[in-house]
Formats: sequence, structure tokens, C-alpha cells
Amino acid sequence: MELNLFQKINETTWQISAHGNMRVPAIIYASEEIIQNMDNKVYEQLCNVAGLPGIVDKAYAMPDAHWGYGFPIGGVAAFDPEHGGVVSAGGVGFDISCGVRLLHTGMKIDELRSQLPAIADLLYNAVPSGVGSKSRIKLTDKEMKDMLQGGARWALHQGFGESEDLEFIEEHGHMTGARPEYISARAKERQRPEMGTLGSGNHYLELQEVKTIDDPIAAEALGLSLGDAVISIHCGSRGLGHQIGTDYLRDMLVESKKHGINLPDRELACAPIHSEIGEHYLGAMRGGINCALANRQIITHFTREAFQKMFPNSNLRLVYDVSHNTCKSEWHEVDGERKNLFVHRKGATRAWGPDHAELPKKYSTIGQPIFIGGSMGIGSYVLVGTKKAESLSFSSACHGAGRSMSRTEATKIWRGSELIESLKEQGIFIRSGTYRGVAEEAPEAYKNLFSVVDSAAAAELAIKVAHLAPHACIKG
Amino acid sequence: MATLTEQNTFELFPHVADIGIRGQGQTMEKAFEMAAMALTSVVTDPQNVSPTIHVRIHLEEKDPELLFLDWINSVIYEMDIKRMLFSVYEVSIKSGVLEAQIKGETVDLHKHDPAVDIKGATLTELKVIDLNGQWLAQCVVDV
Repeated sequence: MELNLFQKINETTWQISAHGNMRVPAIIYASEEIIQNMDNKVYEQLCNVAGLPGIVDKAYAMPDAHWGYGFPIGGVAAFDPEHGGVVSAGGVGFDISCGVRLLHTGMKIDELRSQLPAIADLLYNAVPSGVGSKSRIKLTDKEMKDMLQGGARWALHQGFGESEDLEFIEEHGHMTGARPEYISARAKERQRPEMGTLGSGNHYLELQEVKTIDDPIAAEALGLSLGDAVISIHCGSRGLGHQIGTDYLRDMLVESKKHGINLPDRELACAPIHSEIGEHYLGAMRGGINCALANRQIITHFTREAFQKMFPNSNLRLVYDVSHNTCKSEWHEVDGERKNLFVHRKGATRAWGPDHAELPKKYSTIGQPIFIGGSMGIGSYVLVGTKKAESLSFSSACHGAGRSMSRTEATKIWRGSELIESLKEQGIFIRSGTYRGVAEEAPEAYKNLFSVVDSAAAAELAIKVAHLAPHACIKG
Repeated sequence: MATLTEQNTFELFPHVADIGIRGQGQTMEKAFEMAAMALTSVVTDPQNVSPTIHVRIHLEEKDPELLFLDWINSVIYEMDIKRMLFSVYEVSIKSGVLEAQIKGETVDLHKHDPAVDIKGATLTELKVIDLNGQWLAQCVVDV
């Protein structure tokens, strides 16, 4: 994008003045280099979001922003229900509550190094992944309803996990306000055989090493030391979330006209929060959040079971679980007034600063853990939220490196089998049911993780804590 | 039935995070069939999919673009729920009523090397257009 489209506030803050149909200004947080390489669609989509009814303060885009559906991916926007604020299915996305959870193995990578191929096989066989995969769990109607209302707490009661886990999951593993009756039969059918499945595309389960530490105090609070072996799990609400997104995107397209909402782009299909369809979507979407939390909880259980087969005394501790496709009701201060707002984060995480009431006690002094996914060649990054992010971005930060190349382009350049061999030579063992899928996920098809993370840190949205380098990666 | 000819074609078009599907044909029905072939090609080469199992789809929607959205989402639903891939699409559309028979087989990892699950059809780049007797139907799908 051209830099002259923006008012430069500082090195990583670029403001778009309210113009045309925009009700509020917009801000992109990114370095000059990232802005210059960012898709023009982000500018267009962010301006469109800034024109939606009831939007508060500003529309924001994180350093990993790219072209999305109506909302840019990496977009954050808050709406006031008392001033005609809207909720948008496209502002949450198809993979509701997709997120990352981090487990600590309690071991050093050096203890595992000689067994990495076997561990990769073990994890690949333990967690169903890829197109057509099915879980060994199949929910009854009653179990489906309970899961949609209970989230990870439900999973725990079914024997998947340990009670200590819940404190380290957003919403304590249970999103209140879920209304299973507003979720279609099709969505429930899609989910029935998919509990505890990883999915495909950019979803992964990765054995990683704490490679570098930027903030020793935060790392210590999180229990992370150099050389520690950890596991990252990236997945979401599977078929249920996809179908809720499909159903409500279409319904909102029809309903926005009835509510007199003038959409510059029909992908912004939305409905007033205080409307029948708005409330139905929120109830369904919260069920989707619970589904994602339950799904990651079950995958955690499968991972623990697998690890115990090889390491009987292992105890995989949940470090934290954070979602990045959500709309949540939160209290924020705007112009000196505390307001209950509906904050959409589409490809963006929450980033509470220290002392926030919703943080686990153990992390109250450091802020909320944030996990940023990169690629299977580079791994991921751990950050923590800042108090300043409250006024900068409704306490939000980036969620991933983001793609730099389309899937079609990637398959023309790389072959899956060659990539797997090349990564093996670097000590990274890939397990996947699909060579083509691996080619589409080639490390070089992703942007530079470190640039994105550095921008988030420079903008003071979050503080860098540790880089996690990959050793074994399960791809769907 | 969806058969590739000079007039009936399908292709994928790039989108940074996801994939666009495009079908072209001499009628709206053919364009819908071809776009569904493009949908299959997001996951695997349709030529590797045997049309052994038949599934019927019935839809009603007067707006051609919304009908196309519903069509693609219905195929995605059938792929997901039945763990299938499809290679033959037979579509008829009369006064906003779509009747289709689609044929395919259960996903086989070794045979199909399936690249990715498709989550849903988006409104991005959604178009159903008659270009002087040559129909085009397209949208971006979220993967």
C-alpha cells in the first residue's frame, strides 16, 4: 500500500482519517515495510468496517492483516449495542474460536531428540487430522447439546483433561450464553464425528523447543526455559463453526436490508446486536466457541495419552489457550466512559494487560499469554498482553504470520515430498496424509513471523517472550 | 452433465489466504456444474474421483448469486458429512429451483491425496454473469 494513504502517528501506527462513509477513523499497526507490502484490500475493508453502524472509537488492523471476507483478517472492531451496534458473522469468520493452545511436556528437547521421528508418528496416530478424518468419539444429541453449552468444562467431565486445565483457558473453558437451539441441524451433523480432530489447511500440532527468550520474567511465570519441549495445537470449531458461519452469513445478508443497513460490500452482512437474528447468531457463535474449546481439550487429552505411552511419567501442563476468531461482550473505557461493547476479533487475539480480572492468578503480573503461529519451518512466538493495548486496540494483538502467497501459487513452486525431506534435514519431522497439502503450507508461502511479532511489540500491543522452534509437525 | 469442452471450463483463481473457484459454460447450469468441478479440484484432481455413489440436491432461491452460494455450500456439506469427493455434477435450474445429481466416492488418502478441507463459500468475488451467451459462476471458498 502507498504510505501517503495514511497519517503516520509513529513508526508502527498508521491512521486513516474518517472519510466517505466511515463513522470513525481506522488504524493499522505495522512497520513501514509491512504496510508497503500489505494488500490494498486491507485498506478498503478496514474503511468499510469503520462505516458500520454503532462502531466505537476506531477500526483496527493488526500487523498480520490481509484480505478477508468483509472484515480484513487481523481486524478488530467494537460495537455499542445501545447505539445501534451490529454483530457480523463475517467479522468472526467461518472457523469460530480457532485458536492456539500451548502444552509444556515437562521435558527438555535434548531428552527427546533421538526419538523425534517416533514421537511424530505417535502424535500423528493419536490425533485424527486431514480431509475425511473421523474421531473415535461420536456425540449423541444430548452430548452435543451439553458440549455446546459446556465447552472444555464439558470435555473435562467426560474424562478429557485435568481440573487444573480450566484456569488456563479463556473464559475458564466455558463460554456463557451459548444457545444450541440456534445452531442448525446441519451444523450439528457436520460436527458429530469431528470432536477431537485437528482439521487441515493451516491447522497443526507441533512439538517445539523454546529456542530464545526475550523476557525472562514473563517466561519464568509461564514456566518456559531455554531448551524446554512444548506442544502447540492450532485448530478451531471444525464443521460446526464452518456451518454456523455459512448459515448466518447468508441470513445476515438478507436481514441487513430489512434493518436498513447500507452495506458498501455485502460481505459485511450484519445485524443489530439487539435484533432477533443478532441475538440468535451470538447464541450460536458462543456454542461454536465452546465447541472449539472442547475440541482443543480433547486433542490435549489424546496428546497426553500418546505421550504417556512413550513417557509413562510425563505430565503435559496446559500453559494457556487463546482464540483468535471471536466476538465477545467486554467492558472497555471509551472517552472516559466504561462501556459494554461487542468486540470482533477476526484473526486477532485478546491481549489483556497485567492485573486484568480475567487472567489466571499465576499470570496476573505478566499479562495474557498470546501465541502467534508462523509456519512449519519457523514455529511460533509467545507474547503477553500490555496494559497499553487497552487504549490502543481494545486489548487485541496479532494472531499469525499470515500467508504471503496463494495456495495455487505454492503448489506450482514446491512438491510436498521434497519439502518433507528438506525439513527433515533441518531436524523437523513432518507427518501428514497429503503431499499437496504440505506443498500448500510451504514455509516460504508465509510472511516473516519475526517482522510481524516485532511490529506488534514496537506498537506496544504485546511484549515478546519466547520463540518456539519446530521439531515435529502434524499437518492435516 | 459436467464435461470439459471449449465452452465448458473450470479453474481456480488466486486469493492470498484462500482459493477462488470459477466455472464457465454455455448455460447457467453448466457454469454451476463447472464451478463445482473447480471446488473438487481445490481438494484433489477430479479425474481421480470415481462417480460411484449418487447424491441428490434440491434448492430453491430466485437470486442467481444466492442460488450459486447455496449450491456450492450444499456440495461442501455433502463432501463433509459423507466424507466424499465428487466428479460428476448434473444440474437443472427452472424458475429458481435447482435439482442436481452429484456422483463421487468416499475420500481415499492414497488415491486422492486430498489437500485441504473446505469450510464454506464466501461472498468474496461472488458472481453469476451471462457474458453474451457464455455464463460465468464464481466465488472464493474458505479453506
